[in-house]
Amino acid sequence: MTQPHTVIIGLEVHVQLLTRTKLFCRCSTKFGAAPNTQTCPVCIGMPGTLPVMNREAFQLGLKTALALNCQIASHTKWDRKQYYYPDLPKGYQISQYDLPFSHDGYLEISDPKGRFETKRVGIIRAHLEEDAGKSMHDELAGQADSRIDLNRAGTPLLEIVSQPDMRSPLEAKAYLSEMKLLLTYLGVSDCNMQEGSLRVDANINLHVDTPQGKVATPIVEVKNMNSFRAVERAMEYEAARQYEVWQETHQRLGDVPKQTRGWDDVANITRGQRHKEESSDYRYFPDPDLVPVRVSQAEIDASRNSLGELPADLRHRLERTYAIKPYDSDVIVSAGRALVDYYVELAELCGDGKLASNWVQQDVMRTLNEQKIEVEKFPLSPRQLCELLKAIQDGQINTSRAREVFIEMVALGRSAAEVMTARGIEKVDESELVALCKELIDANPKIVADIRSGKQQAAGNLIGQAKKKNPNVNPGRLREIVIDLVGKM
Amino acid sequence: MSLLRQRATDLLALLHSGQITSVELTRAFLNQIKLHDPRVKAFLRVDHERALARAADIDKRRREGKSVGRLAGLPVAIKDLLCTEGETTTCGSRMLEYFKPPYDATVIAKLKAADAVLIGKTNMDEFAMGGSTENSAFQKTANPWDLSRIPGGSSGGAAACVAAGMAPLSVGSDTGGSIRQPAGLCGVTGLKPTYGRVSRFGLVAFASSLDQIGPLARTAEDTALLLEVLAGHDPLDSTSIDMPVPNYSQTVKQPLANLRLGLVREHFGEGLDGEVETAVREAVKVYEALGATIKWVSLEHGKFGVATYYIIAPCEASSNLARYDGVHYGHRTDEKKMIAALAAERQSLESAGRRAEADALDNPLVRMYRQSRAEGFGAEVKRRIMLGTYALSAGYYDAYYLKALKVRRLIRMDYDAAFDEVDLIAGPVTTTTAFKLGEKVDDPLSMYLVDLYTVSANLAGIGGIAFPCGFSSAGLPIGLQLQGPPFAEERLLQAAHMFQQATDWHLRFPEMVSNP
Amino acid sequence: MSLTREQVEKVSLLARLKLTSDELDLMTAQMGQIVAYVETLAQLDTEAVEPMAHALDVSNVFAEDRLRPSLDRKAALANAPHSDGEFYLVPAVLGE
Ligand SMILES: [Mg+2]
Ligand SMILES: [Zn+2]
Repeated sequence: MTQPHTVIIGLEVHVQLLTRTKLFCRCSTKFGAAPNTQTCPVCIGMPGTLPVMNREAFQLGLKTALALNCQIASHTKWDRKQYYYPDLPKGYQISQYDLPFSHDGYLEISDPKGRFETKRVGIIRAHLEEDAGKSMHDELAGQADSRIDLNRAGTPLLEIVSQPDMRSPLEAKAYLSEMKLLLTYLGVSDCNMQEGSLRVDANINLHVDTPQGKVATPIVEVKNMNSFRAVERAMEYEAARQYEVWQETHQRLGDVPKQTRGWDDVANITRGQRHKEESSDYRYFPDPDLVPVRVSQAEIDASRNSLGELPADLRHRLERTYAIKPYDSDVIVSAGRALVDYYVELAELCGDGKLASNWVQQDVMRTLNEQKIEVEKFPLSPRQLCELLKAIQDGQINTSRAREVFIEMVALGRSAAEVMTARGIEKVDESELVALCKELIDANPKIVADIRSGKQQAAGNLIGQAKKKNPNVNPGRLREIVIDLVGKM
Repeated sequence: MSLLRQRATDLLALLHSGQITSVELTRAFLNQIKLHDPRVKAFLRVDHERALARAADIDKRRREGKSVGRLAGLPVAIKDLLCTEGETTTCGSRMLEYFKPPYDATVIAKLKAADAVLIGKTNMDEFAMGGSTENSAFQKTANPWDLSRIPGGSSGGAAACVAAGMAPLSVGSDTGGSIRQPAGLCGVTGLKPTYGRVSRFGLVAFASSLDQIGPLARTAEDTALLLEVLAGHDPLDSTSIDMPVPNYSQTVKQPLANLRLGLVREHFGEGLDGEVETAVREAVKVYEALGATIKWVSLEHGKFGVATYYIIAPCEASSNLARYDGVHYGHRTDEKKMIAALAAERQSLESAGRRAEADALDNPLVRMYRQSRAEGFGAEVKRRIMLGTYALSAGYYDAYYLKALKVRRLIRMDYDAAFDEVDLIAGPVTTTTAFKLGEKVDDPLSMYLVDLYTVSANLAGIGGIAFPCGFSSAGLPIGLQLQGPPFAEERLLQAAHMFQQATDWHLRFPEMVSNP
Repeated sequence: MSLTREQVEKVSLLARLKLTSDELDLMTAQMGQIVAYVETLAQLDTEAVEPMAHALDVSNVFAEDRLRPSLDRKAALANAPHSDGEFYLVPAVLGE
C-alpha cells in the first residue's frame, strides 16, 4: 500500500548579472566570443594579480536582493571557496560564506489556474560570487584531453538560495518563472538559460506519513537541468524515484551522505554522480586581497527607490484598476513591461479594461507571435486600436467583422475608419431597420406564423434575408425588432 | 672613491652634474657582479645588454636636456618575485622556472617610469618562504661578509647584492622579516613599509595579508629615495592605501627632536646573543646622546608572534599557491610518464588483489596536479602548504586560523598601547648574527624562530627598518631594528639617518668591495 | 594533539601534493612538531577578542564597470604547458 507523502523542494539559482565587465577584472562578459580571447592576468589567476570588486555588480546584486525582500547586511566580506578544477584558475572561487550581503527574503508565487495556493517561498540568502571557466570534454574519444576556455571565468553571479518551501514540481516551476520575470523587470540579468546566464540546482526529498509520524527521506541534489520544463520533469521523476527507494530501503535523512544526481534530458531520468568525499572540504576563509563592504541605510533606500513597479504589484494594480481576472493580468504582465504599458494606455482610452484585455491577449499578442515582433514594433498604436474598439462599443460593428477590420488595419496600416468605409461598413439607423423588418414580415407570412406559434428560431431566416439586403444591419437588434413587431400583430 | 662604495644619492648627483654617465655606472656594478657574484650568487639573472641599452638611452636623454625620472640612470636590483613583463620571474621556484608574466608589477612600472636601470633579478627563498635563501630552487646565496654563512632571507639576494657593492639600490619583500632580517645580517639598510603603503600588484603572493614590498640600500637616505618611488596608492590593489606619499628623500634629513624611544622588555630575554645585545644597547646610548629619552615598554603577546605567524602565513600560502597546478602556466609533469606510472600502480595493486586501493587511485587529472606540484615545489613550500591546508580543513578552522586572527589582534593592540607612550620601538633584528649555510636546514622549527623579533610587525601591519649598529668579534654585521606606528615611515627613516650621521657602521664594506 | 600518518596523507590529497612514503613519514614528524608549537596559542583566552583578518581597516573599494583590453589569445596561452593554440588542454576530466 502507498503511504501519503509530501514532496519537499528547495532551489539554488545562479544568475549572471548584466555587467559590462567581470566581477574582479575589466574583461568583457560578452557571450560567444572566441575561446580565451576575453581574459587577462587577473582572470587567468596569474601570479601576483589581485581582484578589485566591480561596483555595478554589487549594485545589481543589492537591487535584486531588495526586490526579493531580503535583509541587507550592514557589513559583508568575501571568502575563498577552495577546490581544484581546470576551469578554476586560482584554485579557489571568490564567494561569500558566513556573511552574505543579503539574507532572509521571500518571493511570492501563485498559479492563475489555481492549482496551488498563493504562497511566499522563503529566500535563505543571496550572495555574489565569480563564475568559473568552461571545460569541454570530448565525449567520443573518452580519453582525449579536456579543453579549457576561461572567457567566462570571473563573470559576476548572484546565487539565490531558497528555503525548501516548494511542495510540488509545479510550484518549483512557478518559482523559477516568477524569479525570471522579476529579474527581467529589474533588468539585472537576461536570464538566458541556453547561454548559462541562469542555472538551477534543486534539493529534493520526501516527508512520508508513517504510523510513527512524519519521516524525512535523504536529500538529493539534482543538477544539469537546462530549462524550467526540465526542472519540472526532473522533480516529478525524483519524487517518484525517491518514493520507490523509500519503500525498498526505508532510509531516513542522515542515514546516507547527501547524494548528487544529474538530469538526463534525453533519457528523462536522473543519474547518480560519483564524487570523492574530500572534494566537499572547501576550506573557506576570508580573502585577504579584498576588503569588506559596508552598506549604509541611505544606499539601501536609494537602491530600493530605483526598483520601479515589480510584477506582483503590477498584476494587482491591473486587477484593481481595470477589473480583469488574475489569469488575464498574469498573461499581460508576463508578456513584459512594454506590453503592459500598451494595455494600460488602451484600457484608459476605451474605458473598458475587459474589452482591452481580450483584444490585447488575443489579437495583439497573436499578431506579435505570428510576426515575431516586439510590441514596440506593432503597427497599431493604442489610440488607433481604440478607434476600432469604440466602433464595437457603439454597435457600429460586431466582433467578428471587427476582427476582419483589425487584420486589414495591421496589414495596410490603415485607420479603422478608412477600412470600414472601404468595406461600406456604417451604422444603419433604427427607422431603416424597422422598415426593413416590416417589409420582410409582409413578404413571409409562413415564417411569421411559425414565430407566432412559438418557433422563435424561425426568425433566423428573416435575419438571413435582411443581411442579404443590407450587410451592415446589426443581427441582434434586428431579431429584437422582428420578435417585437410579430408580437404586436 | 670607488663608485661601488658611494651612496645612491651621491651617484645621482654625479649623474645629474654629468661627472659620470649611467653607462659607466652600470658597467661598474655589472663588472662587480661579474667578478664576485659567481661566489656570492646574489643574482638569478643579470640583464647586461638591456641594462646598458637603458643606461645609454637615459644618458642620451640627459645630454639632450630632456626630462628624466626620479632615479634616472641608477641601477636597481629586483627580487625575483616581482613580475617583469616578458621577462622570466621564478620566485625562486622550479614551478615558475620558465614563467614570463605578460605584465609589469606596479612597482616595476613605477621604477621604469622613474628611469631606474633594472640590472637583474635577485635570489630568494622559494616563494619567499625561509630566512636563509637556502630554499631557492636554483642556488644558495652567500653572505658577502663570510661566504660560509647565510645572507638571511627571504630577500637574501636583495641584501647581499647591496652589501657586495653589486647594486646601490635593491627591492625586496617582507612577510615575516624578509627585508629587515637579511638587511641586518648583511649590514645594509632595509625598510618594511606599513601594510598598504606599497602596491602588492605583481608581487607573487606568499601571505597576502602580511606581504609588503620595500627598499634595501646602503643608507637611510638612499632607502628614502627608493621608497619615495615605490610607495603610493594603486587602484589595482584593493588593500593599498589612498594617502599622499611624503617627500621621504627630503624629510629624512630632518633630525627628530626629543625622540621617545621604546625598548621592549621581552626582547632582551634568553636566546639573545651576548654580542648582539651589547651592540643594541650601545646603539641605544647613541640615541640617548642624540637627545632621545628611553622608555621600557611591554609587548606581552610578542612571544606568541611566531606561533601566530606560522598559522596565518601557511593558511594564506596554501590558498595562494593552489593556482600552481600545471594547467594555465608553470611546471607540468611529463604526462606520458605519469599515465604509465599510474597504470603500473593499478596493475600491481590489482595483481596483488588489493582492489579497493586500486579503485581509490587518483584519476589522471588529480595525479597530474599532485605530481606536477610535487615536482615543482621544494620541501619548505610543501611543508607550509600542508600546514595551511591542514589548519583550514574541516574541524580545525576555529582552533587554528580563527584563534591566530584573534591573537593577531592582541599583538596589534600591544603595539597601539606602546605607541601611546613612545614614538618608535628599538631592538635587535635577530637573536644572533648570520649562521652557517646548512646549519638549520634539517630543523624547520629552529629556522622559524629566527623571525622572533620581526614577525610581529607584519602581523600588526606596521612598518620597521633595520640597519647596521655594530659588528661581532667574528666580523659579522649586527642590525638594529626600529618599529613605528602605521604610516610612520618618515619617522623611521629620520631616526635611522640620525644614527647614521653619528656612526659609520653603515659605511663598512666587505673586502670584496675594494677601494682602488 | 599529534598528527597521524593517515591524516597527513589525506591532507596531501586535499593539497594536491604527491608525497613519497619517506616524505610522508618526515612530513608527519615535522608537522607534528610545528603543530605542537603553534598550539601554545590555546593557552590564551581570546573569548572577547575580535579576529583581525586585515592589517588595515579599509572598506568599500570598488572599480567602475568600464571595459579594458584583454590579452590577445597568444599572450594568454603563452605560458600554458599544453595548449592547442585555442584552449588550455588537460588530461580528460573523469567522473563528469
Ligand atoms: Mg555557488
Ligand atoms: Zn580579466
